[in-house]
Amino acid sequence: MPRALKQPDGVISAPTDEDYKAVPFHREVHFLDRKAVRKALPWIVIVGIFVVWELAVRVFEIQQFVLPAPTAIFESLWQWRVPILENAWQTLLTTLIGFAFAIVVGVVGGVALGSSAVIYDSFYPALIAFNSIPKVAVIPVLVIWFGIGTVPAVITAFLLSFFPILVNVATGIATVEPELRDVLRALGASKRQVITKVGLPRAMPYFFASLKIAMTVAFVGSIVAETVAANAGIGHLMLVASSRFEVPLAFAALIVTGVMGVGMYVVSVAIEKRMTGWATRGTDGVTFGA
Amino acid sequence: MAGFVELDRVSLRYNEDESALALYKTSFSVEKGEFVAVVGPSGCGKSTLMKVVTGLWPPTAGSVTVAGKKVSGPLSIVGMAFQNSSLLPWRTTLSNVVLPLEIVEPYASRMAKQREQFEAKARDFLALVGLQGCENQYPWQLSGGMQQRTQLCRALIHEPSLLMLDEPFGALDMFTREELWLALQELWLTRRPTVILVTHDLREAAFLADRVLVMSARPGRIILDRKVPTPRPRALDSTYAAEAVELVHELREHISAARAQAA
Repeated sequence: MPRALKQPDGVISAPTDEDYKAVPFHREVHFLDRKAVRKALPWIVIVGIFVVWELAVRVFEIQQFVLPAPTAIFESLWQWRVPILENAWQTLLTTLIGFAFAIVVGVVGGVALGSSAVIYDSFYPALIAFNSIPKVAVIPVLVIWFGIGTVPAVITAFLLSFFPILVNVATGIATVEPELRDVLRALGASKRQVITKVGLPRAMPYFFASLKIAMTVAFVGSIVAETVAANAGIGHLMLVASSRFEVPLAFAALIVTGVMGVGMYVVSVAIEKRMTGWATRGTDGVTFGA
Repeated sequence: MAGFVELDRVSLRYNEDESALALYKTSFSVEKGEFVAVVGPSGCGKSTLMKVVTGLWPPTAGSVTVAGKKVSGPLSIVGMAFQNSSLLPWRTTLSNVVLPLEIVEPYASRMAKQREQFEAKARDFLALVGLQGCENQYPWQLSGGMQQRTQLCRALIHEPSLLMLDEPFGALDMFTREELWLALQELWLTRRPTVILVTHDLREAAFLADRVLVMSARPGRIILDRKVPTPRPRALDSTYAAEAVELVHELREHISAARAQAA
């Protein structure tokens, strides 16, 4: 078979097609590396948690007002489906409105902070100080200003979620490679053109990474505000449920919240994949925390 | 003061430090349509020179004149290509090449109406450097050589009258580099832009340029100005001809001397 023999002048003759065909290919895919298995794993984990939970509750005979079994929770979920859906819808809207404001303020502020060292140096310390204030402590003030209702929840969702967006967008723009900026500047581009053609696209991966964080904290914000100062929403529902010792209902509301959070996360990941495939080169990217 | 590009005793100091003087009283002039290569020891301020000529950095003393006007900011008549790929990673090859047309007038204001025409033009350029079929690929899907070719197209698409090339082939293997020398010569012969090429490859300078300028070690200034006698169009073999080899040796001696002085 080895026909590629050295000839006296040092030239090595080429192998034939048969030689190429004879090269074997065999690679075994590990069971856990199969695509379908990978996709199923998260679901198996979730179901597993519920099974362990159920068993634990039954085996240790835990009281329902301490920790209800998943079956009881799902039963309650079905029983109270109408009020749960109504309140979940309220919370979703509240969160999305606050989140929308957070995106606008975060992007505009991030662009301003990221593209001007003067603005960055002047405003950043104040922003950090502001972000260090626990937002829960602000809710009573918001209630004094706006009364009990949707507005404090929207504002709390906004306050919690704009900061990661702002910091990430600012970082994305501030870390634009000087070469890329020079390409545009050498063409006589205006500052605005440099931001729209290089700064913003460059900041997109950072922006989407921050959306995933901001999305979840926006939910935290609206729900916390609802438990303190609202008469509708999942937070309010949970408060009412626990005050009436309807612990399974409170847990059902928690699960609905989790599902909503995951749903929004999935949406932002889907948009991210479409918009920033270039950054992850078609594979799954790394998430930068804020 | 007849040259297309005129540097008159240009000095550039980055800051107050003694070592921050990058250029010292650099003067030279480049005729319209001329191809000039700038060589010199590493760190001698070649790249600084490029930035000064294109208006990206204002000189701290002296003056730069391009096309009869004193340079006070970035010039849109300039096309630039850099050593490392500076393609925008979120844009496809085609869209990267079209980029200058979105910024430079008179193209920018016609972009909305004439996008298709502009894209056709970009495709022609890409075909010229052998990149047909790669239009919709992203930079990371291209090899280093292909990225540099794309950069060349981008530097040329708005038909700049001055082309600034900052070690555009530095990161490439020799075979790809020689291939691109030919492509660049072809482009230059058909369109005749004024070219300033910064390189550390003396063979490259001797093959491509009409005139080679040698810079001193930092702070940089011009210490040798030598015409390249080889007639055009040049073949790759010409870089091994006696006169080219002799020129390369002469350039090399000057650079070694400059390096020795600095050390």
